Amino acid sequence: MLEGKVAVVTGASRGIGRAVAMKLASQGAVVVINYNGSAGRAAEVKEEIEKTGGQAETMQCDVSDFGACENFIKEVIAKFGRLDILVNNAGITRDGLLMRMSEEDFDAVLDTNLKGTFNCIRFASRQMMKQRSGRIINLSSVSGVMGNAGQANYSASKAGVIGLTKATARELASRGVTVNAVAPGFINTEMTAELSEKVKEGAAAQIPLGSFGEPEDIAEAVGFLASENAGYITGQVLCVDGGMAM
Amino acid sequence: MLEKVKEIVADSLGAEISTLTEASSFKDDLGADSLDLFEVVMAFEEEFDVEIPSEDLEQIATIGDVVKYLEAHK
Repeated sequence: MLEGKVAVVTGASRGIGRAVAMKLASQGAVVVINYNGSAGRAAEVKEEIEKTGGQAETMQCDVSDFGACENFIKEVIAKFGRLDILVNNAGITRDGLLMRMSEEDFDAVLDTNLKGTFNCIRFASRQMMKQRSGRIINLSSVSGVMGNAGQANYSASKAGVIGLTKATARELASRGVTVNAVAPGFINTEMTAELSEKVKEGAAAQIPLGSFGEPEDIAEAVGFLASENAGYITGQVLCVDGGMAM
Repeated sequence: MLEKVKEIVADSLGAEISTLTEASSFKDDLGADSLDLFEVVMAFEEEFDVEIPSEDLEQIATIGDVVKYLEAHK
């Protein structure tokens, strides 16, 4: 299991990040619950983990800010002495048709989803290289694999995460650090709760397994990739999407 | 300084310390790739409490270059 390991999960105050934080804690890792705006909800996740006998800490950082990420990762290492698992989960959507999409909506999504992933890897990889071991798991999306109408910015950011994952996997492989992506399909979270019933029905019709997934479905996949058992897997994209992309 | 640098190089790159001289080149003699070089620089930064910016890496090809660099930036 993950006893003695330190894991950072970005955007862990809710949704998939929250489920991932709980999963890694249940496997025995000390989990750093990163959040940007939702301090209260991050504290709730910490409480919940502690209730079940796990260890967790909350830390604020806007992952789209390069300098802030440097300080954030430094703080983690200063506090826990090591960093074994980094889950880049923090992400946002600003959906709309490409022809009407503002530059700001494009940039905001790329800054958090893609650059935020780069920023955290940039500073965490140094520590993992030194340790000669590490697990980096980036959250991509079925939208990044297949494309999704109305999500040009989000799809671009999530496809970018896949390229970043593969390049980083090649760079760090010789140091015992694996880098993989998990690509969720439609998952029941606040992000998808915003969709209209009509869109949700249309989406469900495209899913071979017939329904939306749960955050825990993604957490299981991340928990596996973070484990010792996944040591021979790197540079891969694991789709957890009810069969949407195949 | 030279001895400490040699020690770090031997440790980071798995080289035999007795074979290292000021003229030892990271790339040509020690077979270091860019990632190895980055790691050894990280180790120098920590040991000598300096920051070696990426631009300055071009000045560093041999063990002697490291000693010169560290002495200039103490």
